[in-house]
Amino acid sequence: MADQKTVGERLAEQGVSRRAFLKFCAALATMMALPPEAGRAMAEALAQSRRPSVIWLSFQECTGCTESLTRSASPTLENMIFNMISLDYHETLQAASGYGAEKSRADAMKENYGKYLLLVDGSVALGQGGAYSTVAGRSNLDMLQEAAKGAAAVVAVGTCSSFGGIPAAQPNPTGAVPVTDIVKDKPVINVSGCPPIPVVITGVLAHYLTFGQLPALDALGRPTAFYGNSIHDRCYRRPFYDQGKFAKTFDDEGARNGWCLFELGCKGPTTHNACATTKWNGGTSFPIESGHGCLGCSEPNFWDGGSFYAPLSTPTSALSLATDAVVAGVAVGAAVSVANRMKKKHAKAGHEPATVSDLKK
Amino acid sequence: MSLHNIPIKSESVEPYSIGNPRALLTEIAARLEKLAKEGVASSMDLNSLPFAPGEYDQLRVLLGDGEVNARIDAMGASEVMETRYPGVWWVTHYNVEGDIIADSIEITEIPEILKSQPADIEGGLALLQAQIHGLDA
Repeated sequence: MADQKTVGERLAEQGVSRRAFLKFCAALATMMALPPEAGRAMAEALAQSRRPSVIWLSFQECTGCTESLTRSASPTLENMIFNMISLDYHETLQAASGYGAEKSRADAMKENYGKYLLLVDGSVALGQGGAYSTVAGRSNLDMLQEAAKGAAAVVAVGTCSSFGGIPAAQPNPTGAVPVTDIVKDKPVINVSGCPPIPVVITGVLAHYLTFGQLPALDALGRPTAFYGNSIHDRCYRRPFYDQGKFAKTFDDEGARNGWCLFELGCKGPTTHNACATTKWNGGTSFPIESGHGCLGCSEPNFWDGGSFYAPLSTPTSALSLATDAVVAGVAVGAAVSVANRMKKKHAKAGHEPATVSDLKK
Repeated sequence: MSLHNIPIKSESVEPYSIGNPRALLTEIAARLEKLAKEGVASSMDLNSLPFAPGEYDQLRVLLGDGEVNARIDAMGASEVMETRYPGVWWVTHYNVEGDIIADSIEITEIPEILKSQPADIEGGLALLQAQIHGLDA
């Protein structure tokens, strides 16, 4: 439940000095491209605020988003957020189970109606009346609609809840949809990524708690502070792209020299995220720095965008093709089909079924 | 366990420059001029810059060491170093695992993190008074 103590009081109880908290806020402000004085403003505002109730619903997901946020075992920038919120429902993290867990969710929603933050990871299954994914016997759709009604804002954590993600990939057997397909009357922030960068989740919540409003969002509902640039824009290999120097295989001279991975399928030019600057694993590196192209996991339909190893210039089934190309494609398809049937026929003719006597030989 | 303890060795890449240090020095100079003439402080996030291998170290050498070098221990270390150009500070925050959580150049008279915070001062005063009472008892 949202308690009466301020964040500052809670931090003091835990022996966290105000300077340590300022350090946390300064780091967040820097990452969110806010001016230097914003760190102090953020620290003051957050310290005086009361911890809001947060309800986290998990639908069709792999728990990677929760792992991303809670990965570290020691106090870090990412899990400092747990000092600033009252996490009243989270299936993976809560101690309660069964009816007790569901009751705590219902109580928190009732007590903080209109004020709580709703976090959702995973897509919402609509197929077969929502039967593909249920919690406590209720469909994801039912649960989301109920929880969204009393929420101040909804944060879609991860690509599945933001855009449908892998569950919604073709042929989308469960009829998976993103949160924005269901919640139309509440502000929804998409924090996409598979998983999303932990500090992005923290930053969005801290911004909301500090300023009482959503951060600036892009056309896909993502905070521009983290999704304003493409991976390509901020990639340290970008100069090689400009010079036309590309790795052709993963172990050629170009790869060893750190040249651009565009021709190996890197989706950096069309992917907006903060991986190239915030990086992963405590700021160690990001995929391109480890020699692999970006998969584009923070963009809609990334799973259906063709091979991860085909250059962006290669047409994919997700692209709409010109009529001529479609006709040509149909012709090629028909020819392949005929060829396959011929092969099958020859194979059948050449095949001699084994008999009982063969087995005795 | 810190990430640094995981025994993975990466291949070293020959340092090269794509022009970042030169561009950054120019920007720092412009910001320092603004601080000197208008008193406007600012900061630059080094994590968000696409440094080529070696450029980060090159910038460090170019900015050099100044008169102040402070270390803070508050939920992980923080290093606050004035460069050889007064008013230009290199501030690096680490978490308790030793990973960098923020790395920035601050152009200011004194970085905020070095100041004692009002809430800490009040807490410290209460602690000090309790200690005095303890001595008197």
